[in-house]
Amino acid sequence: MDAIVLQLLNGLDKGGAYALIALGLTLIFGTLGVVNFTHGALFMLGAFCAVSMQMLLRISKQVKDTSVTFFDSYTDVPYLQVWFGDTGLQLINYAVPLSILLAIPLMLLIGVLIERGLIRRFYHRTHADQILVTFGLAIVLQELIKSFFGANPIPSPAPALFAGSANIGAWIGLGDSVSYPWWRMVYFAFSLVVIAVVFAFLQFTTFGMVVRAGMRDRETVGLLGIHIERRFTIVFGIAVVVAGIAGAMYTPIVTPDYRMGMDFLVLSFVVVVVGGMGSLPGAVAAGFLLGILQSFASMNEVKQVIPGIDQIIIYLVAVVILLTRPRGLMGRKGVMED
Amino acid sequence: MAPVSTKEDRLLLLGFAIAVLSGPVLLAPFGAGYPDLLQKFAIFGIFAIGYNILFGLTGYLSFGHAAFLGVGSYTAVWSFKLLTMNVLPAVLLSIVMSGLFALLIGFISLRRSGIYFSILTLAFAQMSYNLAYSVLTPITNGETGLQLTRNDPRLLDAMFSVPVGQGIPSTSLFGVSMIGWSGFYFCAVLLILSFYLALRITRSPFGLMLRAVKSNQNRLKYTGVNTRTYALTAFVVSGCYAGLAGALLAVTDPLAGADRMQWTASGEIVLMTILGGAGTLLGPVLGAGIIKYLENIFSAFNHQTLHNFFSFLPDAVEKPVVGVVSLFVGEGWELTLGVMFLVLIVFLPGGLMEGVRRVRLRFFAPPTLRAGSATESGSRAMPGQA
Repeated sequence: MDAIVLQLLNGLDKGGAYALIALGLTLIFGTLGVVNFTHGALFMLGAFCAVSMQMLLRISKQVKDTSVTFFDSYTDVPYLQVWFGDTGLQLINYAVPLSILLAIPLMLLIGVLIERGLIRRFYHRTHADQILVTFGLAIVLQELIKSFFGANPIPSPAPALFAGSANIGAWIGLGDSVSYPWWRMVYFAFSLVVIAVVFAFLQFTTFGMVVRAGMRDRETVGLLGIHIERRFTIVFGIAVVVAGIAGAMYTPIVTPDYRMGMDFLVLSFVVVVVGGMGSLPGAVAAGFLLGILQSFASMNEVKQVIPGIDQIIIYLVAVVILLTRPRGLMGRKGVMED
Repeated sequence: MAPVSTKEDRLLLLGFAIAVLSGPVLLAPFGAGYPDLLQKFAIFGIFAIGYNILFGLTGYLSFGHAAFLGVGSYTAVWSFKLLTMNVLPAVLLSIVMSGLFALLIGFISLRRSGIYFSILTLAFAQMSYNLAYSVLTPITNGETGLQLTRNDPRLLDAMFSVPVGQGIPSTSLFGVSMIGWSGFYFCAVLLILSFYLALRITRSPFGLMLRAVKSNQNRLKYTGVNTRTYALTAFVVSGCYAGLAGALLAVTDPLAGADRMQWTASGEIVLMTILGGAGTLLGPVLGAGIIKYLENIFSAFNHQTLHNFFSFLPDAVEKPVVGVVSLFVGEGWELTLGVMFLVLIVFLPGGLMEGVRRVRLRFFAPPTLRAGSATESGSRAMPGQA
């Protein structure tokens, strides 16, 4: 029982990341009809927003260390500490959540640039061409990050307040073995909030209504005199922002390096396909489902029965779903069913 | 596609053979006239020719072909370990094994087309890659990679009492060592054979059917043709090609690692095919050669060579120029690859062969022909089945 609860919890934060990426992918596919292989790289860019935020806040000044009296000794003290004292230190401590402030405008800008500059040329090309061009873009982004930040993972810790683990087992009367890192819990809550915001935005605003109408029947919306292309550009930007902040907040869980996007990309595509191409609730549900499934597959008891299952479970699910129910769990009939 | 006479094909094949066999002389001025690099050209040429039979002819975009390359390599190394250091059994076994593997994966994946097919192949390749690293370690030797040792059984060699020298024996073809130039010529001959086979397939009624699958699969189905059989055959053939390429990688350097199966490797082969021109005969070989050549040159550059290269510039200009260029060379070679890829797909989706065709039309064709072909190249941009 303990182990099951633990794996369920472990799946939640990973599932949250999958759900957020898959949500963006589905938004882009549903509006622009483009299969975006860059999305993993955008998640990675978001993670590096957190890394650069941290570097930014830690820009230091050399200060003479007065406690050493025999010789001249210098220590690096961040400017923020020099200027604001303890408040400055707190700011540095909260670098990861603060990086969202950096990530939102930056990712929005990047998203709009990508859509206007590149994706726009590919609306009327084949899906194969779309896959290839976004794949190429993913390589470029990844390599740019590599040349600026190097190939090694750069750790960016969670705020000290969330550093430990919560003893969830004791709360629900299961004993001490079920403990769960605070930050993962934060991430799970964060992903739920972001998902709720995106859905509310689409459901309750005029902009969202137009976008939903455009997803159903783009031509008619265009005939009604609405500039649907511009809205779709913004939707692309929003999807990129979602991927970006998902990446930024994920950095304390997985140390970011330039390759992380590709791992998430392949998995997120599987999530989208399992959820059903073009279905937003499907993407979210499948994200959590597969996250939890993956953590269950990595239990020792399961691995003993079927060795290697933890490595392939997600792909296996994808293969089965694609072959038996190609429109996925919640896909609408007729959308990319072939 | 213009009708091509058998005579032209023979000339093409002859020209190709001469060009490949005289590669050491032709490419020497470019600093590529040494066997290690030429072997790579030939091997990836074979891989790309095979990939093109699937992607170029039928239009199915597979993102998992590196898995077959990996299977080929592993089979070949196992053949060296268990049977003999002779390369023939290794090559044949690899082709058979990867063909069987392709049959299995193709049979399942080809139930879907378009993007779902791409994702299915990707999923299978990732599964193979992950398994090779984890559970299949007894077969693949995990991260270390599969290597030869002096104490391998080599049953056939033992049976014919082939003398065992000092150290790890080298691969050979009936006594001719496959290290150095002889290795290159072995690969070159196989490249020519592969090219010949691809030529025959493309020109055959079967090849025509494959192109029909690409242009309109539904119409083909309505006329009562079972398209899946054709696509599956193409898939298996291209899997065999990949297996052959994998075997040759093991022949020239008897070592097999799972990183050969990673999906970036699958992406690279797609890029080679597209760069040269998917659906053309020469294009994929050209693309493979160019990418391997550039990789070789660019990744060898370092800051110092750049410094020397741009030394004619004034200092103030030189610094930033070197700074920017150094992003693209050495470690950053893959950035160049990505940028090349983007530019190509945006501006020249038909690849280099398309470029050559356009230039030829522009300058060497009578005006009447120019008007006619403008519409033909325009049809490339029309949406269709991916």
